[in-house]
Amino acid sequence: MIDTDMIARYGPLLLAGLVTTVRVCALASLIAFAFGLVLALLLGARLMIVRAMARLYVEVMRGTPILVILFLLYYGGPSFGLVLDAEPVGVLGLGFYGAAYFAEIFRAGFESIPTGQIEAARMVGLRRRHIVRRIQIPQMLGLIVPPSVNQGIILVKESAVLSIITVAELTKNSMQMANETFAVVEPFLAVALLYWLLIEAISWSGRWIERRVRHV
Amino acid sequence: MYETRSGANAGPKLADATALPIEVRGLAKRFGDVEVLRGIDLQVQPSEVVCVIGPSGSGKSTLLRCIAFLEIYDEGEVRIEGRLLGYREGDGPRRLSGEREINEVRACLGMVFQHFNLWPHMTALGNVTEALRVVKRMSRAQADEAGLDALRKVGLQGQARQYPGQLSGGQKQRVAIARALALQPRVMLFDEPTSALDPELVGEVLSVMRQLAADGMTMVVVTHEMGFAAHVANRVVFMDEGRIVEQGAPADVLTAPRSVRLKQFLNTWRERSI
Repeated sequence: MIDTDMIARYGPLLLAGLVTTVRVCALASLIAFAFGLVLALLLGARLMIVRAMARLYVEVMRGTPILVILFLLYYGGPSFGLVLDAEPVGVLGLGFYGAAYFAEIFRAGFESIPTGQIEAARMVGLRRRHIVRRIQIPQMLGLIVPPSVNQGIILVKESAVLSIITVAELTKNSMQMANETFAVVEPFLAVALLYWLLIEAISWSGRWIERRVRHV
Repeated sequence: MYETRSGANAGPKLADATALPIEVRGLAKRFGDVEVLRGIDLQVQPSEVVCVIGPSGSGKSTLLRCIAFLEIYDEGEVRIEGRLLGYREGDGPRRLSGEREINEVRACLGMVFQHFNLWPHMTALGNVTEALRVVKRMSRAQADEAGLDALRKVGLQGQARQYPGQLSGGQKQRVAIARALALQPRVMLFDEPTSALDPELVGEVLSVMRQLAADGMTMVVVTHEMGFAAHVANRVVFMDEGRIVEQGAPADVLTAPRSVRLKQFLNTWRERSI
């Protein structure tokens, strides 16, 4: 039988974990989205060296497990004078890790816009920054909502590894509950349900945004 | 009525009032090992309508795209109203111009593409007014007025609020023409403007172009529409394998071809159009 009293007792702890998870993921997503967009623009830059640097970043980030990046930042950071608490490390680690994936989503979005549209824009005298802002980004946003939502969901699930560097997020708090009660089913069932609710909320928002930005 | 040359004076200053609208000299372009243009010389006079015809792969679209500097040419030069396009003037090794300078030189050019290249996330009016607002820095009200005016010229003022996806091919191409005309160009370049259209929609686009020509617009038209070339062009240029093989008045070029290659081309065309 499932001990619902126990879940109720630990409810505040789990909810606190949920709040931390939401906060960390929201900040990390912002970084990932914004820096990913910058990276995507750099991946299409005119200077070869700039393109190569951006590509190197994406490849290194995608080729490294998030846990290793977190360890490097959290335990290795102080060797380079970077002393941060666990939570900021989690936000930065997840954010800059996710940026590599978002960059590829944005790049695909940019490339799906026919070059003819860009040429037409050049012929009426629009400059590159206007073309990016007025022609490419508005169309790209419509195209990238589904893969971005997907990436956001992956980011939320990956945030569970932040428990290993002691961020008091959902998974960490459920482990604390398990340790204190010697129960396994209740804490992890409760935590699975909370993750699922969070992710459903994200998918639902994604579908809502998709309906609003699609006009093509 | 269409904006004629007097109205076009509101556009950028002429570098040299006596200069030809377009002057191409010794133009060469390679794509990898393939020589697409092999030394093209072409001068276009004010108010002249030049139709460029030729088999596919002859380099006619590439020529037009080099004149617009959508392709970076390798050798020779393209001068727009006397100003070198794409490269900085001067001796020594050539250096590409910056974006601003290129835009300045080609500000008097309008271009219409085979596949319309409208921006699907903007209405017809939005497509026409975008550059008016961003490049010409007009207010929304001014831009809308000028944009509606341009749409009226192509007979589409009623479709101003529609998105490209809601328009027919012919209407899309007319919006594309309006988008170019709104900027009051002195030269219009057309790259196979009717090739992507259903046959029954070709006429509406050609009639807009015919009217433009009648109003004195300088035009270079890459086309497969021999009827248009025969009736509207002042000069027909026949290209093959990256060279201009023959050119002259349409009556001469289309009815009394001198080169074997043009005879073959016209025969193939006649066989197909029967």
